[in-house]
Amino acid sequence: MNKYEVIVVGGGHAGVESALATARLGHKTLLITGRIENIATMPCNPSIGGSSKGIIVREIDALGGEMGINADKTLIQMKMLNSSKGPAVRSLRAQADKITYPKEMQKTLKNQENLDIKEAMVEDLIIENKKVKGIITDKLEKIESKIVILTTGTYLKSDILIGSSRTRSGPHDEKPSLHLSDKLKEYGFKILRLKTGTPPRIAKDSIDFSKAKVEEGDKKSYTFSHDIKAIYDINNQVPCHLIYTTLKTHEIILNNLNKSAMYGGIEDIIGIGPRYCPSIEDKLVKFKDKDRHQLFLEPESLYYDDIYIQGFSTSMPKDIQEQMVKSLPGLENAKILRYAYAIEYDAIYPTQINASLETKIIENLFTAGQINGTSGYEEAAAQGLIAGINASLKLRNKEPLILKRNEAYIGVLIDDLVTKGTKEPYRMLTSRAEYRLLLRHDNADLRLREYGYKVGLISEEKYQKLIQKKEDIKKLINEIKTKKISITKDNKKTSLSIYEYLKTPSTSLLEILKEDKNYSQEVIEQVEIQVKYEGYIKKVEREAEKMLKNESKQIPKDIDYNKVTNIATEARQKLIEVKPKTIGQALRISGVNPSDISILMVYLRKYYNE
Amino acid sequence: MNDTITAISTAQGVGAIAIIRVSGDSAIDIVNKIFKGKDLTKQKTHTICYGHIVDKNKVIDEVLVSVMRAPKTFTKEDVVEINTHGGIATTNKVLELLLLNGARLADAGEFSKRAFLNGRIDLIEADGIMNLIEAKTQVARELSINQLSGKVSNLIINLRDKLVQIIANIEVNIDYPEYEDIEQLTNSKIKNNIETYKKQLIQIIKEAEDGKIITEGIKVAIIGRPNVGKSSLLNNLLDEDKAIVTDIEGTTRDIIEGNLSISGVPLTIIDTAGIRKTDNVVEKIGVDKSKKQIEKSDLVIYMLNNNEKIAKEDIELYNLIKNKKHIVVINKIDLEKKLILPKEIKNPITLSILNNMGVDKLKEKIINMFNLEKLSTSDLTYLSSARSIALLKKSLNYIENAIENINNNSPIDIVEIELKNSWEALGEIIGQTYSEELIDELFSRFCLGK
Repeated sequence: MNKYEVIVVGGGHAGVESALATARLGHKTLLITGRIENIATMPCNPSIGGSSKGIIVREIDALGGEMGINADKTLIQMKMLNSSKGPAVRSLRAQADKITYPKEMQKTLKNQENLDIKEAMVEDLIIENKKVKGIITDKLEKIESKIVILTTGTYLKSDILIGSSRTRSGPHDEKPSLHLSDKLKEYGFKILRLKTGTPPRIAKDSIDFSKAKVEEGDKKSYTFSHDIKAIYDINNQVPCHLIYTTLKTHEIILNNLNKSAMYGGIEDIIGIGPRYCPSIEDKLVKFKDKDRHQLFLEPESLYYDDIYIQGFSTSMPKDIQEQMVKSLPGLENAKILRYAYAIEYDAIYPTQINASLETKIIENLFTAGQINGTSGYEEAAAQGLIAGINASLKLRNKEPLILKRNEAYIGVLIDDLVTKGTKEPYRMLTSRAEYRLLLRHDNADLRLREYGYKVGLISEEKYQKLIQKKEDIKKLINEIKTKKISITKDNKKTSLSIYEYLKTPSTSLLEILKEDKNYSQEVIEQVEIQVKYEGYIKKVEREAEKMLKNESKQIPKDIDYNKVTNIATEARQKLIEVKPKTIGQALRISGVNPSDISILMVYLRKYYNE
Repeated sequence: MNDTITAISTAQGVGAIAIIRVSGDSAIDIVNKIFKGKDLTKQKTHTICYGHIVDKNKVIDEVLVSVMRAPKTFTKEDVVEINTHGGIATTNKVLELLLLNGARLADAGEFSKRAFLNGRIDLIEADGIMNLIEAKTQVARELSINQLSGKVSNLIINLRDKLVQIIANIEVNIDYPEYEDIEQLTNSKIKNNIETYKKQLIQIIKEAEDGKIITEGIKVAIIGRPNVGKSSLLNNLLDEDKAIVTDIEGTTRDIIEGNLSISGVPLTIIDTAGIRKTDNVVEKIGVDKSKKQIEKSDLVIYMLNNNEKIAKEDIELYNLIKNKKHIVVINKIDLEKKLILPKEIKNPITLSILNNMGVDKLKEKIINMFNLEKLSTSDLTYLSSARSIALLKKSLNYIENAIENINNNSPIDIVEIELKNSWEALGEIIGQTYSEELIDELFSRFCLGK
């Protein structure tokens, strides 16, 4: 019997990050997946990044993860979203090639030292004294390891729903895991049933694109990665197209509503779908007065013909889908290559895991990705990376890496999950980040690279580059504080420091330092943002400090909330469920009021003298 | 949790001075912002400074300020105590200024709680504090709902709703930048909305302040035919010869005002010109003004002369005020009784101002009418409305910043920070807080999807 330090169950975006992280940190790692050729595929939309998600990809890269660089190598279109808005909300989105993205990732995995890959279905865990010791496959093979990371995606007892048919299956007709979630239940986990959907794919040559509006990529090149230069040709990006639903489409959908799996086609749906990506039938029912809905036609790959209809996910039966698709402008003769479907799957209530992503119930068992109730490739990859890092830190007897809400979107993501839990698949939104002015696309490396270096995923060379950048920023700020610039104001010539000048609206440091060759564009941009928004950044930093103060107030592990008299019943239940580590975390639990916290603090002081 | 808290530490309105206590990291900075005198941040610990509390250069009160630095204080935090000149209005105004400048109104028992948490009070006292927190939070919860009249809180809810529509729209523009169906808000598009919003907010602040006798005091108008003794009553109440008192009718041709305090609540007493039919132009202006004063006042003291028969003007005058809060007084009871009170005029208080008889009875009646005694002991009602008004003003500040940002062409997400702060400040008044509310709003208002 083989023995590993880490076993990662699942080869999706979470699993590959976990496996690469632990293997790179020197731990003998096994990645087990249902089908090796499907590792790191993108079963839903063909894009990486997006608003706030693009910043997550930058953070993954800053910490030493793979998603950013892999997307950079395989993207076919790139856009900086919100470029007309402030620096805090800018975010990259790439159309990634669905063939080359997984291929490139698989190549990286195969070349990775310390990493074995195995094709099998995991159906049970080896557990002794509430500690995981390995896994058991459907062939009853036992493989031992010190740590197991579950990144099972939508494969736990998953059902594919199309019209009135329910089929037990994973995406791509893959086998689902039939028993693992029941076993988890046996071990004490509360199981959550979730649902998501995907739109139909259409043959490219059956679409008349002349009826659609072309959506091009940006004419400036970008990368997610902090370390490589863009390799794509900005003048040769693949466009997307914009179309709208027609009244005919609406008529077809509304007349056949009862045939949709979600609207009575199947009676026993219990999975909760996400509000932010409703099916087209949901949109019609919820927003009755809208006479059209926007749809994007997105290319999936340069190597095959499928076009993804973003905004058109549905669980209608196939014949109705045919009618629906053909009612769209330019798609009158469309050939559907793959039908839309909804998928229902098991996850665990994320309040059962710690912020390190180790479960509270079984020691050395980590979970990441959709099993924790999230949705999205980026959210999954971020958790996979953190689970991998913390698995390694645990093996090395070190404190886990827990990113704070003011440090990273990843911190917001994990804190939300383990503190607030979720009832629907959780997607990151900029509005979830209260300190978003600090969590920018442009400063991901300044925020997080040091952590990556300390953990061991960022090389000395990359780290030195960061140090240099930090020094340059400091130097340039000092320089512009003394350097004067003369301007004409109210017909009078005056002179003021560049630093002051920069604070007035519509000024650009890049413009002023056109001739300066001492600083990189990145450094100049960073200084401009830091100086221009200094007032707001400081304000947010002060708010964050308040939060951090509460984060430093620890709650003892052995506290018995039943002994804390006078707190509201709901608050007590929530506190028992979440077991917050700090007063700060306790404050963020919904249903726990400041007065409950007051009582808790008095109790703590009384019985723990702290 | 170590934000800076403040509260009035003395019983309201009774003593000659009142003490407002401020505790927390920014206690000294916050008081320094509204203090004119020495720079408090440079004072040694446990010292007292003389100076004035000012609101944008307007002097509110002459005060003594004690600066006590951590840790040798009651809470083991920086503590400042402001000694003001009693009276609810002044003390309340100072408190409001503190709240506006970054302090938070302390919960009941919170100073003691901090003293305990910071290790100042021993364990035996802990249970008592627990009970206090428990009991008073219940009161506070009820209060936060009742603190403003239904009208004002409805206005706030409506206003917040308008603002959140803008905020949610901006958020959606950020999270779903390519949804052309959803209007892309720009600074110029929201500018008009925000300006209207600002106007409405100012209106609400005005209404909230109007609704509160405690900040503004009670306006009392004394009315009656000429020479019934209105000016004498005013002088008696004020203890000074402010109005000219003569036996000649129509001596008081303009309005004379005086301020006094009953149970700590300021009363503004207005002596009106005697109202009678007149062709004298100068006096006519006085009479018109008197009628206006009646409209503006919270209480009318309707005065009759014991020594004269009831006149047609008396009845007409009474009809003017009978639907207002009023007290009927009959003066000159030391003289022969010629007055026969009509049936509709009830419960008069009889006095002789000349002999200083019955004036106390009048004061007592005023106290009962406005529940002033209750007001002075149960301070929470008015404390929470001071809090509301401070929050309303804070909300207005943010809106003003937002408008400035729009004018400076800041990116819309920066403008939105101010809008969100404004929205949150309003939410605090009616007990709604951020978090999921906005995200729910996003999904219920906009059609988004993959």
